[in-house]
Parts: sequence; C-alpha cells; structure tokens
Amino acid sequence: MKMSGAQMVCEALIAEGVTTVFGYPGGAIMNIYDAIYKQDGFEHILTRHEQAAVHAADGYARATGKVGVAMVTSGPGFTNAVTGIATAFTDSIPLVVISGQVPLSLIGTDGFQEIDAVGISRPCTKHNYLVNSLEELPRILKEAFYIASSGRPGPVLVDVPKDITAEMGEFIYPKEVHIPTYKPSYKGNDRQIKKAVEAIMESKKPLLYLGGGVILSNAGELVREFANLTQIPAVETLMARGIMGYDNPLLLGMPGMHGNYSSNMAMSETDLIISLGARFDDRVTGKLSEFAKYADIIHVDIDPANIGKIVDVDYPIVGSVADVLEKMTSLLKHHVNPDRYQPWREILTRYNELHPLKYEDSGEVLKPQWVIQRVGELVGKDAIITSDVGQHQMWAAQFYPFDRPRQWINSGGLGTMGFGFPAAMGAKRGVPDKVVINFTGDGSILMNMQELVTASEYKIPVINIILNNHFLGMVRQWQTFFYDKRYSQTDLSFQPNFKALAEACGGIGYDVTTKKEFDEALADAIKQNRVCFMNVIISRFENVLPMVPAGGALYNMLLEHKDK
Amino acid sequence: MQEVRRVISVIAMNESSVLARVSGLFAGRGYNIESLTVAPIPKSNLSRFTIVTKGNAKVIEQITKQLNKLISTLKVIEQDEMVEKEMVLIKFSSNESLSDIKALCDAYNGGIVNAGENSVIAMVADESKRIEYFISAAQRYNPIEIVRGGVVAIER
Repeated sequence: MKMSGAQMVCEALIAEGVTTVFGYPGGAIMNIYDAIYKQDGFEHILTRHEQAAVHAADGYARATGKVGVAMVTSGPGFTNAVTGIATAFTDSIPLVVISGQVPLSLIGTDGFQEIDAVGISRPCTKHNYLVNSLEELPRILKEAFYIASSGRPGPVLVDVPKDITAEMGEFIYPKEVHIPTYKPSYKGNDRQIKKAVEAIMESKKPLLYLGGGVILSNAGELVREFANLTQIPAVETLMARGIMGYDNPLLLGMPGMHGNYSSNMAMSETDLIISLGARFDDRVTGKLSEFAKYADIIHVDIDPANIGKIVDVDYPIVGSVADVLEKMTSLLKHHVNPDRYQPWREILTRYNELHPLKYEDSGEVLKPQWVIQRVGELVGKDAIITSDVGQHQMWAAQFYPFDRPRQWINSGGLGTMGFGFPAAMGAKRGVPDKVVINFTGDGSILMNMQELVTASEYKIPVINIILNNHFLGMVRQWQTFFYDKRYSQTDLSFQPNFKALAEACGGIGYDVTTKKEFDEALADAIKQNRVCFMNVIISRFENVLPMVPAGGALYNMLLEHKDK
Repeated sequence: MQEVRRVISVIAMNESSVLARVSGLFAGRGYNIESLTVAPIPKSNLSRFTIVTKGNAKVIEQITKQLNKLISTLKVIEQDEMVEKEMVLIKFSSNESLSDIKALCDAYNGGIVNAGENSVIAMVADESKRIEYFISAAQRYNPIEIVRGGVVAIER
C-alpha cells in the first residue's frame, strides 16, 4: 500500500501493538503528528516537556514490561529528551524514541533546530539510527523494537528527517528482523551452570544477590521458587525490590550504601554470591578490596560486558536469568539440602535482630519513614510506587512493603531527579487498575512539575507525596556528615505553595502536618481519583541510615547519627 | 596489573557512523587508541578496523566485550598470533642525497615512490617497531613530512 513516511511510522507503531505514545510536536516532526491526527490505532499523550515524555514512556515500560514509545521534534526537542533516554539506558529499559530531524538536504548546514541527534545519543542508547531513505524506514522501525526489547533491553533512537516523512512509498512492514551482527544469547552454558550448581551444593553460606535483570527477564516467580527450594537467603538491590516479597523470611533487605545491617553483613561474610541480573554497582559493593572477601562469585548476566567488569568472577554465566535459573532449579531439585544452610540463616537472623532497620517516631513532627510505612499499611500491594531521587527514594526502598516485581519504579542507575512524576503517569496509563503513588521530595518534584497540567488534562490520577523537609535532603545529609554542616545551596526554605500550585493546574493539593491529616488526605486522594500534590511536612534533619560512607567497606555502617 | 600493547581487529557493518561508535566507545570509557585503521572488506558489506591499544588485562577484556556489544559489530579478534604491518611515507628535499635515501629504504624493504622538482617521497611497509627505526634513521636527511599509516593486522 502506498503511503507517506509519516503514515508508515504510525502503521509500524500499530503493528508493534503500541497503544500509548508520549510526546511533544514541533517543526521537523509535524508530518508525523499530522498522520497521528488521522489515525485511531493509538493514543498520544501530550506531556508538557520532552524529558517528561521519555520518562513517562519509561514508567509505562517498567510497569508493563512492554516497549515504551516517545516522540519528540529535532533540536531542543531532542536535547530535552536526552536525560530521559540516558535514564532508561542506565536501567536497561526498552524504549523506542522517535525524533524529527531537519530535511536530508539541510543536514550539516546548521539549519534551524538542527542538532546531531545520533551523535549526542550514541553513548546513551543501545543503538540509534538516522534514517537515510524512505526504503529503509520500515526495516529500521522493526529493528528498533526488536533491539530495544531483546537481550539486555535499552532505548533505541530513530531520527527521521522531515522530507522522508513527507515522501510517498510502498509500505511493507517486515515480519522478522535480520541483523547478522546482533545475536543475544539467552541460554547459558550448560557446563558452567553445572559447575555453579555444584558450588552451591558445596557452599555453607550462599547468598542470592538479586538485581534489576531478574525483573527485566520476568524471572521473579522463578527466583522465589529457587529460593524456597534451596532456602538460600537473598538481598535485593535498589532495582530489584519486590522480587522476593517483603514478608518472605528469606529476604534480608537491600544491600549497599543505605542497605540494612544484615544485608551488608551477609554480603561481607558469604562464601558464595549468586548474582542474578545485578552488576556490582559501586553503591552496592562499597570499597572493592573489602567486598565479599570470602566469597566465590557466580555471575549470571545477559550482558557479557557486565561479567568481570567490577569483580573477578569464578562462575561466569552469560544468559537470561530466567533461562539459567530454570536449568539450575531442575539440577538442584532432588539434590540440594536446605538444612545445610541453616546455621548461616541463623547467623543472619541474629544480625537482623541485633540491628533491624529502624527509625525513631515522633509525636510532634511527621517522620518520612512513618509516612512510607503508613502508605504500605493503607494501600500495600494495590499500589505501584514510583520515586524521584534523594532521601525519599532511599526511605521508600527501605520501608515500603514491596510485594512483587514491577511494583517499584525508580531511576536507580542514573539517579534522575524529576523522574518520578512523569514515570508515574506512564505507569498509571499502563496499569490503570492500580493506585499509583510517587514518593518525591521538595527538590525533585519541581524538576517536572509542569506535568500537573498533563495529568489533569488526561485524567491520570497520580498521587504525589512530597516528603518536604525544605532541603535538598540527601546532599544536606552529606554536608552534615562530611562537610561540617556547611549547607551550601541545599536550603529550600523558599518554596512555592504546593497546594495552590496543584490547584492552579487542575489538580488537588493537600497540606499535611499530622498523622491524622495524612490518613485523611490519602483516603481523599484515592477517592477523588485526580492528580494531586500532598505537601507533607517532615522532620527537617532526618537522615537515611544505615549509611556506608562512599568508598568505605560494607561492614562499616553508620547505624545512627547523634548530633554533637 | 601490567599494561600490555594489543592489536584488536573488529569486523563491523560498513555503514555510516560505525567509526564514530567504535572511536566513541574508546573516548567515552577512557580507553586509549594508539592507532586505528579502517577499510571496507572486499566483496562484502563489512569493514575491518585494526586498533592498537594499551591497557591491563582487565581493560583489554572490557574493550573486547564493549566492542562486541555494539549492534553493528560482527566479530572482534583479539589474540597474540597476528601478523602486523604498518606503512609510512616520508618526504625529503631533493637537495638531500637521493642514493643514500634509496639505500636506507632498501634496508627496510621500501623504496622511492615519487620524485619531483623539489622533493622525493619514500615509502616503507614493515612492523611498527621497524618503522620507528626507519623514521629515526631518516632523521639525518631532514625529512619535511612524515605520514604513518597505522597498523593493519591479520591472524596467522
């Protein structure tokens, strides 16, 4: 069938099963927006900033497991999108981002709104394309979806010059991709798997170290099965919260800089780390020379470049967590003796009793940890939780009772402030029957607050709980600990009226200073089913604890901070 | 860990921006490039990159893996058993002793490839180490310009 390049883009999206696109139009992409106007195969949500469009597509992808799609124009439209693309790249989230570009004849002439999009995005995309002719457009779109969602997922950019979207041609959408240079391996080497299984059976203190890869390969159920079969305790990284379920007795918690005591001690004392889809991030390992000194390491990762990058690995296995774990489980099934690890589990239980995750509640001022726990009590598994970046993110990761994969959505790798709200909009669009709550701070929320307008217009009822300490709290915490309380540029005492701000944009605002007010506000927010800002005033100088100072050994945690 | 010199060959799709993907990877991750040559592989849609780099074993392993990870990369060859050659062009003034230059080139399996009114151009192709010796021996004839071609290599 003959159609324009712009129509081909729409037809390809429909063929890929896309139902929601987040974007923002502009000169170079107008032909595509004209084609969007004429179709009814998918919905387009107009965010109020390109960064938010990409974060929304990202949140959609994380909540649903499908490929998220964002659309932006050339030049500043694209550069605004870069932070969103980089955020998805660092956390391996499957996205297809379509950007307009100036016409082919203008490329290289410093034309109006021209920027080298493939050049800028090369280090923060899994792959990118500048479309050079109409003939290759359908193939490139097909490849983009395949590359984004296969192997180690990631964002793919397709930069489409304006003249190509106007040109007419025959549209034949390929059924299959043929990329001879790209063959991700899922299976895992059988011999290596067998050796790893033997190591598990010989180990006395094995530990499951679970990362975001478990969620990306939809292996949550398999991991629980494996843990229950072997009775091996587990830690979940920031990206992996929810895999085991908060009430699973085998779950120790989160390891790393703000990990709990028993998780970090387990990492330090284990004799066998079974790393599934995790990448030994510096925020997890602490000082490398002191990290897991007594342990052999099994590293299962779909990306060979992750293996041996940070730590030396004894049992490298390249493959998807799901495939490899299935084989491991069947090999262990009638041979593993869970009692073997009983003394180890007892040690860890004692560690947990010694220093449980805790905070001191107050009758005078709201504590952020209480707020998070309270949300957990009131909505628990009925919610999807997103967060921005900072103290509130760590408290949410520590204190929310996560129940399943894809319930917890945050920017773990890049740490992008402003991620939470638009990601929550995407998640709500993807999973409309869940309450979506964004834990944010008085710093982060302002970085994408314009999305109040989008959420109001499209009736996307995201509940933003602003844990407001009138500080850039995490930086303030470091200044307290390591910079002699010189609070350089972190005091946010000057603030907007958050309640009025939300109302001005068509949402609801709540000012909350007591537990009673909080309960009432949350109940009302859920009932009203509209976007809201809940301005929750919390204790100003609360710190995230435990804390392993940057570069320190995991077992040296600051467990409390007494102000001198 | 000890730094070693390594020759890495990359076979990749011959398409726009592949060179930028490869060189960008080195720049972005702080790897070092001593020399890099690229040319299409005959009768195919592929290009061959020959990269000389330096780093410890861990860095070399990461370079190889990261190169492999590029979507456009078909194959990365990193091994000890490579035959490698490099080419150099040197321009001398015609006032220098032509016969001496010719004799020097002969010693390195090279020769004079162009002679004009004002200058002569010599060419030598040999192993990188020998090219360095040649360049240093050529200094006494006051070379006007030296152009090294970068290493090309093939597995034994």
